[in-house]
Amino acid sequence: MMTIQSELTNVAPAKLSVQEVSKSFRGPAGTVQALDRVSLNVAEGEFVCLLGPSGCGKSTLLNIIAGLDHADQGKVVADGNPVLAPGRDRMMMFQESALFPWLNVRSNVLFGLKLKPGLKRAERKEVAEFYLRLVGLEKFQKSYIHQLSGGMKQRVALARALAPNPRVLLMDEPFAALDALTREQLYGDLQRIWQERKKTIVFVTHNVREAVCLGDRVVLFSPHPGRIQQEYRIDLPRPRDINSVDLARHATIITAALKNHAQGKEAAE
Amino acid sequence: MKRTLKAVAFFAGLVIIWQVLCSARVWSVVVLPSPVAVGEYLWGAVQDGTLGAAIVVTLRRLLFGYAVGLAIGLPTGLLTARFRVLHDTVGLLALGLQTLPSVCWVPLSLLWFGQTEAAMFFVVVMGTVWSVIIATEGGVRNLPPIYDRAARTMGSRGLHTWLRVILPAALPYVVGGMKQGWAFAWRSLMAAEIFVTILSGFGLGQLLHYGRELNAMDQVIGVMLVLLVIGLLADKILFSPWERMLHRRWGTAK
Repeated sequence: MMTIQSELTNVAPAKLSVQEVSKSFRGPAGTVQALDRVSLNVAEGEFVCLLGPSGCGKSTLLNIIAGLDHADQGKVVADGNPVLAPGRDRMMMFQESALFPWLNVRSNVLFGLKLKPGLKRAERKEVAEFYLRLVGLEKFQKSYIHQLSGGMKQRVALARALAPNPRVLLMDEPFAALDALTREQLYGDLQRIWQERKKTIVFVTHNVREAVCLGDRVVLFSPHPGRIQQEYRIDLPRPRDINSVDLARHATIITAALKNHAQGKEAAE
Repeated sequence: MKRTLKAVAFFAGLVIIWQVLCSARVWSVVVLPSPVAVGEYLWGAVQDGTLGAAIVVTLRRLLFGYAVGLAIGLPTGLLTARFRVLHDTVGLLALGLQTLPSVCWVPLSLLWFGQTEAAMFFVVVMGTVWSVIIATEGGVRNLPPIYDRAARTMGSRGLHTWLRVILPAALPYVVGGMKQGWAFAWRSLMAAEIFVTILSGFGLGQLLHYGRELNAMDQVIGVMLVLLVIGLLADKILFSPWERMLHRRWGTAK
């Protein structure tokens, strides 16, 4: 029996295994190989950033892990179970908040909870309020989405993704459309929440500093076809400040690798 | 309050200009009766019950036909948006018939149903249903796919997605289509009532028609005013609450 206590306590984060995943799309310019035999393991509770230029297949991989898209070859395994469809154990956050404008803030957070069996009405409300408090928006429960700033929208989206208590959080450039100041606040919040709630996070970005600031590990992708080029372990202490010198040093190395690869490609062509 | 006052002042001004034109005898009273004459006609028609009865007949036809048109149009629009084969067939038919001025249904309807309430009903349904289908389908097909994806990650499937995500997301378009359907239904019903007299009930259109037959300009203008007021009230009562809700939630306009 599910209780409110079990609902609000942390679930064990999941282990993810991406095995030889390939995916191609047919576009106006012919077939594009978005992912070419990509393999990746993510440990329980690990924060992994997928970094790369646009078109490198990192978002496609995230969609496949979410179960929203299917691999042509290979498979994704979450805690020993192959991923075939979206599931509540893997919640997703998008670049646009994807919040529902016809619902207020609390009802947006409740949307996923209502689809979760075994919770009473009052319990759902309590869970929703818990997560809105966690992202600092408990005062805005009754607001409609258009009344919120971009940063607040992404906080609500984060609360909505966390509310069904998933084991994995998949984030597709969630802060890309925000201004720098708001972004920095959200880096702090996300790190705090990740440590409190113990989730496995796969975070897609094209921002090198952002990846270094957030990730335990940064996985660098290269495009055409989408492959993993290199991985970097980031052992900086947390919470990390995106403006710190140590962080900048790591970012410089990764940026150089990113540029080298792009130039190498050009030279080869 | 200030806005209401301004509106009242505006319409009062119009009536005053009308009265001034009448008093100046620019046109004959046969062509342009005074506001007082029109008012007298309306008062008389209210007292002898003809106006009230005509309003009841017309509104009954309109609301009944419109409700049935919506009940057919909304689900059909959702289905044509969902299934390609229906989009290519029923959707195309709806698009074609929507371009047809709905008054064109009147001759066909009369030949099929004779001078009966069914003929009126059919015209109103035909006026409503196609534009509701087109608007609903357009609304659903123009939705950003992100809503559907977000809902799926949260465990929404099938009917739940349709009722809780797609339909509410498409609501601004759907309300637009309902409004357009209402306008078409209203116009086609008036045309039908003016064209044909149906013995089972005298509507406002018939009252207008007999005003012309009798050369009773006060009746013609009086009934037109009633039609105008009904149109305004319908907008305020049927659609304004929806639109206010949409503005409040979506944050569009104003």
